[in-house]
Amino acid sequence: MTGGAQGCAKVEQQQSNNGIVAEIEKKITEAFEVFDRESNKTVDARDIGYIVRSLGCFPSEAELHELLAKVEEEEEESTGFIHLEKFLPVMTKVLLNRSYWPIPEDVLLHAFEALDQNKCGYITKEDLVKYLTEEGEPFTQEEMEDMLAAALDPETNTLRYRDYLSKLVVDETKILPFNV
Amino acid sequence: MLLLLLLLLLLLLRGVPGKHEPSQDDTASLCPASPAVLTVIRAAILIQNWYRFTMARIEMRRRYSLSIFRSIEYADEQDQLQLSMFFTFMLDHCTNPDSVSPTSPSVPQGVDECLSLTEFEEKIDVPDSYCGPRLSFPLTVGDANALINAFRNKEQLHARYVLQLLCETRRVLKLMPNISRLSTSYSKDITICGDLHGNLDDLLLIFYKLSVVKMPLNQGYPGVTRMRYQNPFGGKDIIDDIVKESYMFKARYGFTKEVSRKYKIVDILWSDPRSQKGCTPNKCRGVGCYFGPDVTSRLFKRYKLKMLIRSHEFKREGYEISHGRKVITIFSASNYYEEGSNRGAYIKLGPDLKPRFVQFQVSKHKHRLSLQERVGTIESSALKSLREMIYAHRSELISAFEQYDLNGSGCISVPDWAAAMESVLQLELPWRMLRSQLAQMNSDGEVDFMSCFYDLKVDQPIKEAEPALVETLCRYRKDLEIIFNIIDKDNSGLISLEEFSQTWKLFTSYLGIAAQDESLDKLVLSVDHNKDGHIDFSEFLEAFHVVHRLEKKANL
Repeated sequence: MTGGAQGCAKVEQQQSNNGIVAEIEKKITEAFEVFDRESNKTVDARDIGYIVRSLGCFPSEAELHELLAKVEEEEEESTGFIHLEKFLPVMTKVLLNRSYWPIPEDVLLHAFEALDQNKCGYITKEDLVKYLTEEGEPFTQEEMEDMLAAALDPETNTLRYRDYLSKLVVDETKILPFNV
Repeated sequence: MLLLLLLLLLLLLRGVPGKHEPSQDDTASLCPASPAVLTVIRAAILIQNWYRFTMARIEMRRRYSLSIFRSIEYADEQDQLQLSMFFTFMLDHCTNPDSVSPTSPSVPQGVDECLSLTEFEEKIDVPDSYCGPRLSFPLTVGDANALINAFRNKEQLHARYVLQLLCETRRVLKLMPNISRLSTSYSKDITICGDLHGNLDDLLLIFYKLSVVKMPLNQGYPGVTRMRYQNPFGGKDIIDDIVKESYMFKARYGFTKEVSRKYKIVDILWSDPRSQKGCTPNKCRGVGCYFGPDVTSRLFKRYKLKMLIRSHEFKREGYEISHGRKVITIFSASNYYEEGSNRGAYIKLGPDLKPRFVQFQVSKHKHRLSLQERVGTIESSALKSLREMIYAHRSELISAFEQYDLNGSGCISVPDWAAAMESVLQLELPWRMLRSQLAQMNSDGEVDFMSCFYDLKVDQPIKEAEPALVETLCRYRKDLEIIFNIIDKDNSGLISLEEFSQTWKLFTSYLGIAAQDESLDKLVLSVDHNKDGHIDFSEFLEAFHVVHRLEKKANL
């Protein structure tokens, strides 16, 4: 390629990159504004988790705190509210770098199997509560109750995890909007 | 398999900063013999992570569903203000004065021109075959009981009693000042409710909880029984409140017109508190403003107030406290948008001025629905309303889409699609997030814009009708029903073809759209089944009810 053609290709790439970035910023702004209750480009810091995850990311709680710390660094004073202009650059980078990669379904299956000591295809309610409220990044009581209400088979009081997973995956594939 | 190993390695290497120090367990699992060797800690983290992701998605869906409801509601509110202005226009420009006579009781009147109670009795007959409640004025406790009972059983009240109730309400309200000052004895609590929006079930629940009604809701209502009335409002008659709440919204048009003309207090009634200082225009509603804590402080200082309690705004928990506990929003209509959308609440306030909130929610279901089920219901309902609005703006949307479709392929990029949707509908919704529910994409990642309209059609396809005409009739269906009801002076449900045509011409000229006379005439003639020169307008308008294809399938 001649210098001129290379230059053109570079400009095109630049424009297309700008296009991609602009589109990512639009998606972030949309998700942000759903939680912007006062229509003044701010959200409650406690809602950041919902926004980041709705954009297709799987941060752990610790990673979420890191992200929040990075954003709040930019804020002049800590008010518990996050401004869009501070959040946007941080989140754009997250999406461009594909940080917090999604957990594939089969990895999740192995996770359930690891908790199923006897390999019988289900986990008892007691075991589930023990693992999820005591290990890893523990559930709050409310989170545990909500999960049990949705996932537990009421007749046997166990979690049949294959069934639960297939139900989850169907719901998700219906509505995953952001394929960056 | 290898890929899985690599993925696992990646995950494990990311680590969990701060939570666990690298331990024997973790190091061992860095070199797994097989993918099944996940420690319990790792497994727990993965599951918790995935679960929180799922919950976040559900919360997002819930929030944008509420955004959809609210945006459509506010757009509707603005339309209705427009509609009341049209009534004025109509009366001024009416070409057929006889059908809209000033003595007709169904036309919105000026304040002093209403018929009296006895005149209603003389002019409107209640047939012997009517088996709903029969009212006498002034209303008694027995009458109020009968009304409540009737509505619980989903009975209809005869039009004459409705008109008489409205008349009585107006008489009572006229005697009261614009701003009522109430007082109660020092030791008693007062109970403050917010908007009910005509939810009788919520009202009865509140009454039951306040021991105003003896009967708990779920028991059968064995005929008319005596109810013990307390006066939580200290001095005001309970019956007035029932009448006001149940019927007031029907008188809204006349009221709105009156208020905006006489008092210019739309600003006061329609403004919402926000955390931002000062007064900024209320973009969501298009009327009134947002007022900040500094405005509240100034107001309190000036009028020596201690607390401001107001309603008018949907709140998921039924209430919200703002401006440093000085302003409370109370909303008493549970499930306002849809089953499961929100709780209602009321306030109990003692002389210490410390509010205690009581929340409630009426539910049809016997068992508690899971969060997923509740959000699913709310979301489908919201999307249904949105799709109807999309259908009603079909031709505008198509021309907006076509502007972006330079090569006529029928497909445009997602950003272009989103821009077109917003420019036509102006609802400030997250279009990219909603796209998968509203339109289909092709393999190149572009939106097939005509797919927005695939699942929607009008119930009875009328061959004689032009699509543009059908669309207009769809969009203004509710407004037209109201207008026709007003013209229908003998409440027969029928209006003459002449009246229909003239009203339509007037309406379209007011809106500034093409009347499409010829196509309308053809259409109307086709609907006049018995060729007697009159049409049943309810039946006619029913034909323009937008039906969702999937719904039809379910009903087959």
